[in-house]
Amino acid sequence: MTELVEPIIRAQAVEKFYVQPDGNRIEVIAPVDLNVEPGKIIALLGPSGCGKSTLLRILTGLSKPSSGEVLWHGKPLTSQNAGVAIVFQSFALFPWLTVLDNVEAPLEARGVAALERHKRALRILDTVGLDGFESAYPKELSGGMKQRVGFARALVVEPEVLFMDEPFSALDVLTAENLRNELLELWISKKMPTSAIFIVTHNIEEAVLLADRVIVLARNPAWVRADFPIELPHPRDRKSPRFIELVDYIYKIMTQPQLAAAVPDATAAVQKPVRQKYQMIPHARVGGIAGLLELLLDRGGKEYLHRLSEVLIMDAEDLLPIIEASVLLGFATLKEGDVQITEEGARFAEADILARKILFRQAALNHVVILQQIDSILHAKTDHSISEEFFYDILDEHFSADEVERQFDTAMNWGRYAEIFDFDRESHRLILAEPVGEPHPPTTSVQP
Amino acid sequence: MLPRPSASGVPDLIMFSAGLALFYGIVQVGRNWLGPFHPQIEISRSLAALPVYAGYSLLRIALAYVLSLFFAVTYGYIAAYRPRAERFMIPLLDVLQSIPVLSFLPGVMLAMAALFPGRQLGVELGAVLLIFTGQVWNMAFSFYASLKSVPREMREAATIYRFNWWQRFLQIELPFATIGLVWNSMMSVAGAWFFLMACEQFGDFRLPGLGSYLQAAADGGDTRSILLGIVTMVAVIVLIDQFVWRPVIAWAEKFKMEQVESASAPTSWVLDFLRRSRGVALFRKRAIRPLREQMVHYFSRGNVVRAESARENTTGLWLWRVAGLVALSAIGYSVVRVVMILTGLSGAEFHQIAVGLFATWLRVNVTLLLGALWTIPVGVAIGFHPRLARIAQPLAQIAASVPATAVFPVVLLVLIRLGGGLGFGSIVLLLLGTQWYILFNVIAGAMAIPTDLKEAASVFGIRGWERWRKLILPGIFPFLVTGMITASGGAWNVSIVAEYAHLKGQIYSTVGIGAMISGATDAKNFNLLLASTIALAAVVVTTNRLLWRRLYRLAETRFKLEG
Repeated sequence: MTELVEPIIRAQAVEKFYVQPDGNRIEVIAPVDLNVEPGKIIALLGPSGCGKSTLLRILTGLSKPSSGEVLWHGKPLTSQNAGVAIVFQSFALFPWLTVLDNVEAPLEARGVAALERHKRALRILDTVGLDGFESAYPKELSGGMKQRVGFARALVVEPEVLFMDEPFSALDVLTAENLRNELLELWISKKMPTSAIFIVTHNIEEAVLLADRVIVLARNPAWVRADFPIELPHPRDRKSPRFIELVDYIYKIMTQPQLAAAVPDATAAVQKPVRQKYQMIPHARVGGIAGLLELLLDRGGKEYLHRLSEVLIMDAEDLLPIIEASVLLGFATLKEGDVQITEEGARFAEADILARKILFRQAALNHVVILQQIDSILHAKTDHSISEEFFYDILDEHFSADEVERQFDTAMNWGRYAEIFDFDRESHRLILAEPVGEPHPPTTSVQP
Repeated sequence: MLPRPSASGVPDLIMFSAGLALFYGIVQVGRNWLGPFHPQIEISRSLAALPVYAGYSLLRIALAYVLSLFFAVTYGYIAAYRPRAERFMIPLLDVLQSIPVLSFLPGVMLAMAALFPGRQLGVELGAVLLIFTGQVWNMAFSFYASLKSVPREMREAATIYRFNWWQRFLQIELPFATIGLVWNSMMSVAGAWFFLMACEQFGDFRLPGLGSYLQAAADGGDTRSILLGIVTMVAVIVLIDQFVWRPVIAWAEKFKMEQVESASAPTSWVLDFLRRSRGVALFRKRAIRPLREQMVHYFSRGNVVRAESARENTTGLWLWRVAGLVALSAIGYSVVRVVMILTGLSGAEFHQIAVGLFATWLRVNVTLLLGALWTIPVGVAIGFHPRLARIAQPLAQIAASVPATAVFPVVLLVLIRLGGGLGFGSIVLLLLGTQWYILFNVIAGAMAIPTDLKEAASVFGIRGWERWRKLILPGIFPFLVTGMITASGGAWNVSIVAEYAHLKGQIYSTVGIGAMISGATDAKNFNLLLASTIALAAVVVTTNRLLWRRLYRLAETRFKLEG
């Protein structure tokens, strides 16, 4: 990318990691370079838990990077000099303040006099369409209206960069669509006192609809997998071939870690080879996997990713882990944005309850590292049980605390379903589920 | 929705008169408190004296409460924001919370009387201090927990919009903690009555108040005065409820962290009245708003010169270190002194303490058992039958609102007339002081059992004992444990005043640690007093850790009904 304009924010090799008591580092964000230039809407896309919100917090000065630095107009960024505002996913309004007081609060913090404060707040409330709601309390408003207050509060400080952390994901589909369009209108007609917008989202269509530039993050740790411009004119047509092409492309890079495909007709910046890491289980429940496989079988065993997302009315955030889990277990394959059920997957989808458990158990013990470890330890120990702490210790070395919790939960869900072990809630121990003395590893295969 | 200010001047007139009355009261109290100390204060039993006594009792409660509030906010604030302080402040809170406050009654009273020799003030402050110790811990913990649970995004919004310290406190932290603080304040004040009554009746340090009035009435066997005293007590509690708690609860409604407005919000006619008053509206506009504006400007100026704060921080750190060092040396000195005193005690005295502890321990547990035995069936019956609840619950609330210590002298009188020593009598007294905690928790637990579970039980023909075993007991278990924990703490407390009593110039007592503590005070045997108090506190804290804490964890994990 050519750098004709001076970026407002320049992040240089920012990195976030947590140091474990044993000196081990859990890396959340691998060194990332990222610029926010004026005049653009930038969308940061990535799967859930990939660290995109953390990156946003680093760029706004809310959180300090572990190494690297963030410059604001060439000077080190602090939360005091940054001309930024954030629109939050949960709105983060103060429920005990009226709409007007909520919008006035940031001005109050800056010491703006009462009269001036009032005038500016009213003007901005007018802009976002909240006329007549000044004295309402947030709890009297619908979700969409609340987020309008969130926008008003952000815009009233006239931020140079407006940050948005999944601003529409707590809203229903229609409200979100409406609010997105209004935001675009304000932006295009230059009614916003803002020179750049940085939006974090997991919704691929939303990114393609709004952004002039899309950055796709990969996870564990987060690194920039792709960074490319979108040059479609506004308003964009979701049905146009180019739009669909871009959505498909993003689906592809998000599902295939190794993929280094070029953007059709655009330059892609793909960096870094994938590192060898401890296997990460996608956060999908067994029921979800079974549901997906049944649907695939129904539709002839093969389907486009974004078509699946439409049929299931699920966005990428919810759908991708289920697909990744099916692929990991060998029940499905993913190629060029197509999901294809495997022979194993088809057998699983057709089987009855008991047979499914056996098939799942085989797949899990063949492909899932942590379950293999649990199984072999439980067989090796004389009392056939082990404290959950042991597995927390294994996971702690590779993942952040939140991720450890999710990994453990998912492993529990899979392992208990597959009857690899039982979990005793009171003693916090995993216990071998099958009768003692069964050959190990279990190789009995039952045809449904 | 705010009611419009009314045109009539009646609310303002009332407010003005209230102000005058308050001023008069302050002058009167000042004269009394700064006056000389009366070791054996004469308690008048005339009807005219009752409002004055009620006023004195109320004042002690109010003072202790204001003190508690400030302390709780400060303590909670420091613990929530200084991780290094948090590490010892929270466990300390935990221990302090479970020590029976009344065991310090004798010690505190003696100390305060010595601190202000010849003045009534010392004993008065002693009572205030004691009530304070009884009510502050749960408030401090509530404030701390609220600060810790402020949603992350809300904090981030405050940072990104550059809220200053004052704005954070006023617009986020305080509002967020209000509801918890209000409920804990109500609990604390209810408990405060209990301690106050005990203080007012305490041996040589009797204070003019409702407690001593009731004691004097019982002493004289004066049924009319006893009844009048109890009626006044209930009236005061009902008035506080109507004029303080209800308005505050209705007002605090706006601090609820709810996304949608709830259908039935608590209301208060007093709050409506205040909102209608023109005087109050004018006061807000002329005094509060300009003051707020001043504060905003003052603190936002500080916001700009933030860079300097780094240097202040290092001096602040040193201050903290010095304070820590002073506290540590004070603690060290006290520990050495205590050990010296304890090693001076004779073997017979240690034996006595051990026997006393065991007797009281037994008594406390028998009380809990008896309490659970009658409250479980009754509480479940009330909880399962809404119609019964509508009648029984207000009655139980009024009965529970009368602090057990207030009616002790009366009950004691009856018990002694009936014959039988304080050995069993004290169990009745303990029961009186603690059964309500269990009852209310059991009612709440029975009400919380979901209807579909009850229906499922009846569909599958589960009835009789089986129904109790499979549905009711597991369902109320977490609530029962909570009630028992509170009741156990209460029972240890009550034992101080229940095992040893002055009545009609005679001393009644039974074997127990509570009797030893009270007796040691009367005999001015400070070493024994100290040793018994420490032993009692140690046993209570240990029982909490070993038994109740575990049961509570079990209740939290296995028996929790999750929505």
